[in-house]
Amino acid sequence: MSTPQAPIAPPPVEEGAAARAGRSSHARTFSRGFFVKLVLVALIDAIGVYIVMAAIAEGNQAILWATVVLLAVTNWVYFTKRAVPLKYLLPGLAFLLVYQIFVVAYTGYVAFTNYGDGHNATKDQAIEALLVQNEKRVEGTSAYPLVVVERSGPLGGGELGFALDVDGEVRVGTAEDPLHDVDDGVVDDGTVTDVPGWTILTRQQVLERQRDVTGLRVPVSDDPEDGSIRTQDGRNGYVYRSSLEYDADTDRMIDTSTGVEYAPNAEGQFEAPDGTKLPVGWRVTVGFDNFVQAFGDTRYSTPFLKVLVWTLVFAVLSVALTFFVGLFFAVVLNDDRIKFRRVLRALLILPYAFPAFMSYLLWRGMLNRDYGFINTVLLGGVDINWLGDPWLAKVAVMGVQLWVGFPYMFLICTGALQSIPGDIVEAAKIDGAGPVRLWRSVTLPLVLVATTPLLISSFAFNFNNFNIIEMLTEGAPRFPDASVPVGATDILITMVYSISGLDGGAPKNYGLASALSIVIFVIVATISVISFRRTRALEDIN
Amino acid sequence: MATTDLTSTAPATASRRGRRPADPAQVRMGPRRWWRELGWRYVVAVLAIVYAGFPILYVISASLAEGGTLTGSNELFGTISGANYADLGDTRFWNWVVNTLVVATSTAVGTVLMGAAAAYAFSRFRFTGRRVGLSALLIIQMFPQLLAFVAVFLLLLSLGEVVPALGLNSRLALIMVYLGGALGVNTFLMYGFFNTVPKELDEAAKIDGATHAQIYWTIVLRLVAPILAVVGLLSFISSFSDFLLAKLILQSEENWTLAVGLYQWVSDLLSANWGLFAAGAVISAIPVVVLFIFLQRYIVGGLTAGSVKG
Repeated sequence: MSTPQAPIAPPPVEEGAAARAGRSSHARTFSRGFFVKLVLVALIDAIGVYIVMAAIAEGNQAILWATVVLLAVTNWVYFTKRAVPLKYLLPGLAFLLVYQIFVVAYTGYVAFTNYGDGHNATKDQAIEALLVQNEKRVEGTSAYPLVVVERSGPLGGGELGFALDVDGEVRVGTAEDPLHDVDDGVVDDGTVTDVPGWTILTRQQVLERQRDVTGLRVPVSDDPEDGSIRTQDGRNGYVYRSSLEYDADTDRMIDTSTGVEYAPNAEGQFEAPDGTKLPVGWRVTVGFDNFVQAFGDTRYSTPFLKVLVWTLVFAVLSVALTFFVGLFFAVVLNDDRIKFRRVLRALLILPYAFPAFMSYLLWRGMLNRDYGFINTVLLGGVDINWLGDPWLAKVAVMGVQLWVGFPYMFLICTGALQSIPGDIVEAAKIDGAGPVRLWRSVTLPLVLVATTPLLISSFAFNFNNFNIIEMLTEGAPRFPDASVPVGATDILITMVYSISGLDGGAPKNYGLASALSIVIFVIVATISVISFRRTRALEDIN
Repeated sequence: MATTDLTSTAPATASRRGRRPADPAQVRMGPRRWWRELGWRYVVAVLAIVYAGFPILYVISASLAEGGTLTGSNELFGTISGANYADLGDTRFWNWVVNTLVVATSTAVGTVLMGAAAAYAFSRFRFTGRRVGLSALLIIQMFPQLLAFVAVFLLLLSLGEVVPALGLNSRLALIMVYLGGALGVNTFLMYGFFNTVPKELDEAAKIDGATHAQIYWTIVLRLVAPILAVVGLLSFISSFSDFLLAKLILQSEENWTLAVGLYQWVSDLLSANWGLFAAGAVISAIPVVVLFIFLQRYIVGGLTAGSVKG
């Protein structure tokens, strides 16, 4: 996507070097590179125009305008003589804007809404869903003879519909497409026999797709209050109408059978005066409710606190344990007289080269209570419930983390030890420092100075080490007292995953999950600020 | 894999015990002193290697075991058969391998290209907003994309209604999401390295009439090849290992990556997938291990420049 390669052409004779240097841009020189760029931008434009058309068809304003702006900026940047830095920055920036900056900002927005199961959509969509869900067969209406049809042609995709004879006119509709008149439909003796553009299913085909046919709901018109046609036998259709009615003027849902009026409430649901609520709601902003629920409601706050503490313990212990074990091995092998040192080192970093997520899965199998290698072979057939007991599971997680993580620390400590200048060590020895003193006052401080930034980023990484928990324990064992899907080994990010309901284990609650994500963002950002202060990365900018 | 050496080094070191170093430059020492200064180091090293290596040995043995169950895998190299490897052909495993390689390679290439271009701009041009841009990138780094997975899911839900190829259950969409993290994580690593390439080279080329694009593609990129290799490898491994986003986005089994597929095999305790998992893990680990062995020197340098795994 960046400006393509061009052969180094010999400088044109008629131009002075200074003049050339003044406008080093492909924008106006018709070289090979310019044409490659032209093709690439044209391709992006074509894709962009396609997205714009699709967005218009779907009526999605946000995607439409975002695409238009991105396209306009792209074309301007690559065909202007100026904005040279942007030519290099734009591709990465575009992705960064959409898939990182936007999603983080959007997380912030969702955190203040009740987005989730029961509040999945806009108010209009919720009204429509309520009307459709409460449809009942209208008493006393007569049956419409109908036939089941399938859209013919390669683009039909097996879409089913009903064709009815209404006063000699053939009308066809599908689940997506309300009933509409079809010209040239043939009606013979009260049944439809031919519909252009549609294939009439035989009795046998209807039986084969019985479930699709009886589940098919063809709206009578665009207005959900007009109801729909459904069939039980594939021959007779009945009109179904909603027992609810929406009155747009008063913004009320009225149950036509009981006369109860439901008014919209602040939570994004229709509520009757006696407090009963209709099941489908819509998204509304709820202010700090999610945060209040997370920290104020004891059903949630108690497990959250436990999880927060364990997350911190896990991250700190991970770094400390792996660091000291890695450092110990690095010190042991840090002697020039050892033979095969390179081979020994290469063997020690084996766990590091083995992809981490597979290591977690491997240990999960090895730690299996009844058949795992650890219990049955290494420990000679004991029955230790490694992954099922709250404390043992934590120990197991730490043990696996140690195995996966120590080679990395071994690597960086080896590097740090080798970069300690020999003359400092010599000087300390001449000053009479013994091995212990030498270690405490020279070696360890120098190693720590070199590795501290890495230890901090390792801490930040483990703070969100989703894989080890999800692959090894899935957060189990679950807290017995909690009504929330959280367990003893869950860390913050796996807890957010469970609460969001995206793993299918709980009702979806995007709002609460996003609110918790924001809390984690704050913690991680704090850690990062501390680490940047330490590493003084900011000085590089100047 | 170096596991064959594991068996050969242990006796080798044992046979050397008590042998005096043949190097005349070294001080001759008695066995007692040799033990105190060197011998114990060998013992510790061998113990450490056994600790580091036995799970790897176990997984290789389990992949070769005849019974594909956990129990059947407990005897190290008790039975040797290729049954598990052959059985992989009846699953979607090779599908997952292709998906993973496609996704991880595309992500790595895209990340290297976009990250290098951005680093070049920050390192070589002086423009309004440069310092602000660099500081903003530092701040953006503090908000890991992974943590916004709920929002990523919701974004793809909407995008998918408009363009299915950019929505849920699309490998392209997953690559796009990974590329969103390309600039934030790697630009600084590259930026520092680009600054070590002398500017005089650019200026000499400019005076000879090269455009900025020619300088970038033909001069600078070749000089920073090592850092490109490191960033490419790190990006490859991180998308290779990502489970959360891949699981959320790739919903149907034929689109899964290895992380999602192997997880499914192991977490599904009812079935005897252990042998399949072991065979699959060995096969999947080989390319990563080979990459590590080849790029080990670069990686250590790159790691100490501030990237992290585990």
